[in-house]
Amino acid sequence: MTVATIKKERKLTIARAMAEAIAQEMRTDERVFVMGEDVGPLGGVFGNTRGLFDEFGAERVRDTPISETAFMGAAVGAASDGMRPVVELMFVDFFGVCFDAIYNLMAKNTYFAGGEVQVPVVLMTSTGGGYSDAGQHSQCLHGTFAHLPGMKVVAPSNAYDAKGLMTAAIRDNNPVIFMFHKALQGMGWLGTEKDAIVHVPEESYEVPIGKAAVVREGSDLTIVGLTSGVHHGLKAARELEKQGVSAEVIDLRSLVPLDRETVIESVRKTGRLIVVDEDYQSYGVTGEIICSVVERNIPLKAAPQRVAFPDIPIPFTPPMEQWALPNADKIIAAFNQMENPS
Amino acid sequence: MKPSREQKVWMYEHMLTSRYFEECIEKIYMEGKSPAFNMAKGPIPGEMHLSNGQEPCAVGVCAHLKPEDIVTSTHRPHHVAIAKGVDLDRMTAEIFGKKSGLSGGRGGHMHIFDPAVNFSCSGIIAQGMGPAVGAALSRKLQGLEGVAVAYIGEGAANQGAFHETLNLAAVWKLPVIFVIEDNAWGISVSKQTSTAIERNDRRAAAYNMPGHYIPGNNPLSIFEVAGEAINRARLGEGPSLIEIETARLAGHFMGDAEGYRPEGEKEALFQRDPIPAMKQHLEEAESWSDAEEAALQSSTQARVDAAIRFARESAYPAPEEAMEKVFV
Repeated sequence: MTVATIKKERKLTIARAMAEAIAQEMRTDERVFVMGEDVGPLGGVFGNTRGLFDEFGAERVRDTPISETAFMGAAVGAASDGMRPVVELMFVDFFGVCFDAIYNLMAKNTYFAGGEVQVPVVLMTSTGGGYSDAGQHSQCLHGTFAHLPGMKVVAPSNAYDAKGLMTAAIRDNNPVIFMFHKALQGMGWLGTEKDAIVHVPEESYEVPIGKAAVVREGSDLTIVGLTSGVHHGLKAARELEKQGVSAEVIDLRSLVPLDRETVIESVRKTGRLIVVDEDYQSYGVTGEIICSVVERNIPLKAAPQRVAFPDIPIPFTPPMEQWALPNADKIIAAFNQMENPS
Repeated sequence: MKPSREQKVWMYEHMLTSRYFEECIEKIYMEGKSPAFNMAKGPIPGEMHLSNGQEPCAVGVCAHLKPEDIVTSTHRPHHVAIAKGVDLDRMTAEIFGKKSGLSGGRGGHMHIFDPAVNFSCSGIIAQGMGPAVGAALSRKLQGLEGVAVAYIGEGAANQGAFHETLNLAAVWKLPVIFVIEDNAWGISVSKQTSTAIERNDRRAAAYNMPGHYIPGNNPLSIFEVAGEAINRARLGEGPSLIEIETARLAGHFMGDAEGYRPEGEKEALFQRDPIPAMKQHLEEAESWSDAEEAALQSSTQARVDAAIRFARESAYPAPEEAMEKVFV
């Protein structure tokens, strides 16, 4: 690396990258505004609206009452009326108190209006556990949101994608659920995944919604994940390399639309597939990805495996939660299982 | 604010249109549904919630609204849609599930959207309230004209959305008017059984906004109170809550045997049917003539007949069009 390129490095956390994308869109588009709990002077509990209140003021960066049903419904109404709200559901686990506004209104109004009404809401929401917040503040719920038609769903694993996906989400004419994992957010108090903090260009750019990224090339095994799962996959790939196994790692980045082709192309090459997801195992992302490969009759060298959260509420105590969470060791164990089925 | 003769005639015209529309829908709905009643059969399948008797709530409020004003309505939306100026041909075609319908047959009678006049409705109780608040916020942020009216039934006043949105609208001082059509019944459960207080307008006090209760199902008194509330919203003085005593002259939905009604209630409600009452008022106060009556009956019926003809003659969408319009 030359001195010049080092000088250009501008490493940001996902939190700062999200705030920067929102700020840039707010500067160029009067219709963009932010609302949610503690998004104002506090800058968001997870830092992703920091600085916005100071720059844009209380009219465009609105602290709401703790009334998710009201402000999620209001986001739908404002978006249908020509605004582009970025609304925060502080924890994805809180969807239970406002889901009608999300899946019956936000997701369906365009369809029920024959395409004549647009609902360009960005719903940003935090996911993930690992810090002993127990089962009402640690879920991912990727599959829950991706299952229901009418919402795009994105979930970045690093700050570059976070900024580009946020920009694309705000410019999209459809509702976009933007899921950010708390452990990747760069907030020290939630633990920090250093690999999520990457160079982020200052200028505005889009990461296309619905396009996965091959974040590590390999020839023997395909590891597919999103958010935290990508980082577990990369760690496992580095370990497997020591054993002479070349693992390719794919970051889905978007769940809706889902880039099945990138996964299928990779598995066509490697013949082996492990899917990693911090969401619950059954009826979720892992099953969907494996099915997408199997139903295309891609030749496989071993039965696909999945590393996901078991079908239990997320437990509080560290020994139990850490035991249940996906990690690199479990991916390696899954690979060994593929090679030497017991 | 008293209605002029012209405004009274406008209200009567839309009451007649709505009632005749519902009477036509009622007849057509039963086509193909006998001898055995099967909701899926006939030219109008699915649930059907008729608004007979609730016309005053629609016209008394919508008489003050312009196309740019926003209305969100309920699962029982036809009277409000008609008063708000929704395209009657396309709405009727939508109810018939035709390609020429407002959404090309995707929504049906509980999901009517006409962005040209800012009308929408939702089949979930109280859930139109949030969007109304958001649309009002949008107008405020954009500095544009327009108020939002959220119609709900009296049963919706016990939903969380009711309390959350009233508070939010008041905290942000938004131009919203919440209109409760109190027809006394949530399907088979009476207001008395479900609601801790007698009148929901009193709940406005908890959210620091004016609350109005309008007895009598009378479009003239609704016009006066709604005018005051809408004017207040237009002046930037914030939201209001209005509860209107009205009457559901039909069942909750078609096929409802209404066995839960006390004996004689239905007959008493028909005695107070707001349409003959409005006609009588026009005759007494506005020297409404037989010729005017005949002309209005004829023109409103012709309008509805044309819409039904349009719907019947329209083609069904190709089934695979179901895959379109999920995203734009």
